[in-house]
Amino acid sequence: MNLNTIQKAQAAIKAACDKVGRRIHVMEVCGTHTVSIFRSGVRSILPEGVKLLSGPGCPVCVTDQGYIDVVIELADRDDCLIATYGDMIRVPGQDGSLESRQARARIVLSADDALQLARANPDKTVVFVAVGFETTTPATAVVVQDAARQGIKNFCVLCAHKLVVPAMQTLLSARNDRIDAFLCPGHVSVIIGYEAYAPVVDQYKRPCVVAGFEPAGIMEAMAEICEQVARGKPELKSMYQAVVTARGNAKAQALVAECFDVTDAYWRGIGKIEQSGLELKPRYEAFDAFKRFGITEIPGQCNTGCRCGEVLCGLIDPKDCGLFGRACTPQSPVGPCMVSSEGACAAWYKYGS
Amino acid sequence: MCLAVPARIVELEEDRAVVDAMGNRWRARTTLLPDIGVGDLVLVHAGFAISKVDEEEARETWELLAQLDDFNATTNKLSG
Ligand code: SF4
Repeated sequence: MNLNTIQKAQAAIKAACDKVGRRIHVMEVCGTHTVSIFRSGVRSILPEGVKLLSGPGCPVCVTDQGYIDVVIELADRDDCLIATYGDMIRVPGQDGSLESRQARARIVLSADDALQLARANPDKTVVFVAVGFETTTPATAVVVQDAARQGIKNFCVLCAHKLVVPAMQTLLSARNDRIDAFLCPGHVSVIIGYEAYAPVVDQYKRPCVVAGFEPAGIMEAMAEICEQVARGKPELKSMYQAVVTARGNAKAQALVAECFDVTDAYWRGIGKIEQSGLELKPRYEAFDAFKRFGITEIPGQCNTGCRCGEVLCGLIDPKDCGLFGRACTPQSPVGPCMVSSEGACAAWYKYGS
Repeated sequence: MCLAVPARIVELEEDRAVVDAMGNRWRARTTLLPDIGVGDLVLVHAGFAISKVDEEEARETWELLAQLDDFNATTNKLSG
């Protein structure tokens, strides 16, 4: 960690905050940032005048309860085998989690392994739990095309892929004017390119700065953000130049565009966000688990008292939830923000505030 | 934790590679990076290479990962 860089950033942040004369609220929308920030102690070295909010950046945390219920329903069928990234396994639906259906669920490390599972189990229909943001979507597109090309019929995906930018816009337009700026996600930006945040800067006048994951880099990005707020001139900037370009990964974008249509999607605790999710195009209908099994996702009602939705919108801190650390802990999580190691509640619990 | 991991391509056949990071080897697909070859450093996320990465950035990330107790857990987590 570069001490000099960090001290310079601290001084710049402090000067900017003094100039603004109130607390600056910066939202990070990336689970990896959340963990990195907590783990490396960035929070503790940030000057008083700036507050970091953990937004809807963890794929597990934003997945609607209704979707989890569909996954569980499919896991309960004799003819299905669920392939899922490890993070989803413990998320509770209305009737338990995948963990309690281990015979019918397999953890995969990549979408490719899910397709492999289908090849190895011709007597089952393998349902791939396709969650995640722009970083994981291209992988789903690749395997759907593989399956189509290779005529693998016992494979389908239950698509809940989501788009980050519409969520950022919704957070600003609906119930929250507390967010002054965004610390934009690193790996999502590798795919979509930093120019994708232009609407947030142009329409909502909020600084959008892409940062890497190393503490000094995050501090520099925070300094850049605070200075922009102080100047009153929001800008688009990437401070993760090693891997993030203006336009992103064109091949990945093209694959996603070939496979998916943009559609409305439900986000846990936030509700429906227009044009914020993806569904398979009609030509790949055979691989669409919703169509194959004739299921529609019914948006979930959460009546556990979990306040993940408010946490994700930056409206409350995890400790403000009455269940935090009492009824809800990483050992027995009530909501997804405590299940996922990238969730804000889990990070607060593990590393303290 | 669930950083995408920088890794070097050590074997490549069409879009299927074997990658290496700090002596850990695993399979990854390079479908998203058409102009890639053996010896290149890439950022691997959930089994897919998503971008090229330079030596310096790779080294910094490896150092960051080495400080974590759960390196082996990193490649099987889903990141935002
Ligand atoms: S502490 Fe638990 S119940 Fe409360 S918001 Fe977080 S995950 Fe939900």
